[in-house]
Amino acid sequence: MKTVERRFTTISGVPIEPVYGPEDSRPLEAAGEFPYTRGIHREMYRGRLWTMRQFSGFATPEETNRRYHYLLQQGQAGLSVAFDLPTLMGYDADHPLSAGEVGKCGASVSSLEDMEILFRGIPLGEVTVSMTINSPAAVLWAMYLAVAEQQGVDWQRLSGTLQNDILKEYIAQKEYIFPPRQSMRLVTDTIEFGARHTPKFNPISISGYHIREAGSTAVQELAFTLRDGIEYVDWAIERGLAIDEFAPRLSFFFNAHSDFFEEIAKYRAARKIWATVMKERYGAGSERSLKLRFHAQTAGCSLTWQQPYNNVVRTTLQAMAAVLGGAQSLHTNSLDEAYGLPGEHAVTLALRTQQVLAFESGLAGAVDPLGGSYFLEELTRETEAAANCYIQRIDEMGGMIPAIEAGFPQTEIAAASYRYQREVEAGERVVVGVNRFQSDGQPIELLQIDETSARHQEAKLTALRARRDNGKAGRALDHLKRAAEGTENTMPCLLDAVRAYATLGEICDALREVFGTYKETAHL
Amino acid sequence: MAKPGLDGHDRGAKVIARALRDAGMEVIYTGLRQTPEMIVNAALQEDVQVIGLSILSGAHNAIVPRVMELLREKDMADVKVIVGGIVPDEDAETLKQQGVAAVFQPGASLEAIVSFIRSVGLPASHTGGKPPVIDH
Repeated sequence: MKTVERRFTTISGVPIEPVYGPEDSRPLEAAGEFPYTRGIHREMYRGRLWTMRQFSGFATPEETNRRYHYLLQQGQAGLSVAFDLPTLMGYDADHPLSAGEVGKCGASVSSLEDMEILFRGIPLGEVTVSMTINSPAAVLWAMYLAVAEQQGVDWQRLSGTLQNDILKEYIAQKEYIFPPRQSMRLVTDTIEFGARHTPKFNPISISGYHIREAGSTAVQELAFTLRDGIEYVDWAIERGLAIDEFAPRLSFFFNAHSDFFEEIAKYRAARKIWATVMKERYGAGSERSLKLRFHAQTAGCSLTWQQPYNNVVRTTLQAMAAVLGGAQSLHTNSLDEAYGLPGEHAVTLALRTQQVLAFESGLAGAVDPLGGSYFLEELTRETEAAANCYIQRIDEMGGMIPAIEAGFPQTEIAAASYRYQREVEAGERVVVGVNRFQSDGQPIELLQIDETSARHQEAKLTALRARRDNGKAGRALDHLKRAAEGTENTMPCLLDAVRAYATLGEICDALREVFGTYKETAHL
Repeated sequence: MAKPGLDGHDRGAKVIARALRDAGMEVIYTGLRQTPEMIVNAALQEDVQVIGLSILSGAHNAIVPRVMELLREKDMADVKVIVGGIVPDEDAETLKQQGVAAVFQPGASLEAIVSFIRSVGLPASHTGGKPPVIDH
């Protein structure tokens, strides 16, 4: 057997000393006090547990609706919608580019009719809903608001989150449609509309999750996400909003990766940096503007195809890090997700994992129970300092859009992901069951999504286009185009278009016509 | 190296492209959202020996057969096609029956991919007669 020198670094490559002592320790503020390193609430989970929110969606809206009813019956507190790739890219289910992709990675939603089916029997005034949608987020949000209207729910009561973070799409996940500045205008439209009409809804979830999944280090995840946050704040202020009008509704989304202490340090550093930025850079006055609230999801990229039951253990440790790091809501991955979308048994086990942590482990008792650990406090400070260096570099480049156009975050991430893979390849990083401790396969049950979903969605669209008032839909699309050409907020026109049952693809085509589309230069 | 379909998750494609380049191969990366037509045209223009398709969205059953069909139509059946991504075992078998040279599933090592391409992508005298390796 080849011997590999044991090196002690975090999964992101930060060196770890043999032991940390009181020489590293400095006094700590209490939880619920600026800069909120220890948590945004004095009582944390004693006051209220995190929200267990499993990201879910597959096949048709009908099937996904059944899964939502099931998850709510199992004790899940909120919903989180996964859309399929055609929806994420603004194409209808019957578009030629949707071939083979309908319902595969999430639920297919092409029109308000699909959105009505998705939330059938789910009271939107009571259940909080998170939607993972980015480039066409404003359109899907308009559909959601229209469904709430139909249910007779006042928008003031709606609570939930729209992911709507386009910058990390250019950086990492690559589900973009329009060029960056046009996309930022749409995002700013939703932030402005939300500040006026949906005071309890988060119009954006500024996401590091996908940056990390693309192979970044923990520090890169943190720095690029917070710098994206600064960009959104700058655009909203430019639009004429006051900081305290919208900042309390900015939410964040981080990865919960495998390096236990590094992850906890990352969440603590995130709160500290954001509170400081909001106070010092923007002069925010409201305490709510200073508090970084975040959702966490365990690391999909850490799941292995080999020995899939090991994934339950990985997910548990990652979820513990998120809880010890003070997450407001959490998704735990299912053991079968290296294979595809999760089956019902696997999803239930993932939810039970959170319930065990919440109700049996004692993790939810004391606030920031690892606060004061010499090691964790030092790691928090190092993470903060390293992230601030990146933020400053991007400031010097003129902000995140010029940085993206120069390929800066993309190349930093690609280099980190290649370095990591080489370490795995060399055996310097152990992945249990993959490069050490291999054994024969363990069969698992898999969720299969066949092409009947696509045919069902196509048939519904054909019927919808025949049934609706096409003149009304066409006029709504014309109004939308005019709004997009000008500077007014596009949300009212988007609402009219979805109410007239213009489809997602038609609406996005209208916007493509005005805004153009984006094509990246590939950075290897 | 190509990313067909709507999926934008390019971490794997980029890591493999870099690893192949570091192994001394000439690599052309098409970037995202390539149709089978675009991929086969690029392969023709660049006169490639191997096409790598990275698909993580589950759309492989719709996309890969079309690529194979176009290669046959354009008389490029000697170009080897390898697929990497989230492809269940039974789909991997079907794809191989359709002429795909190898399917690399999650956890496949860079070394296995590099040595497979060496074995099929070079003239026979350079390969040392290595059999195809499928790594799980």
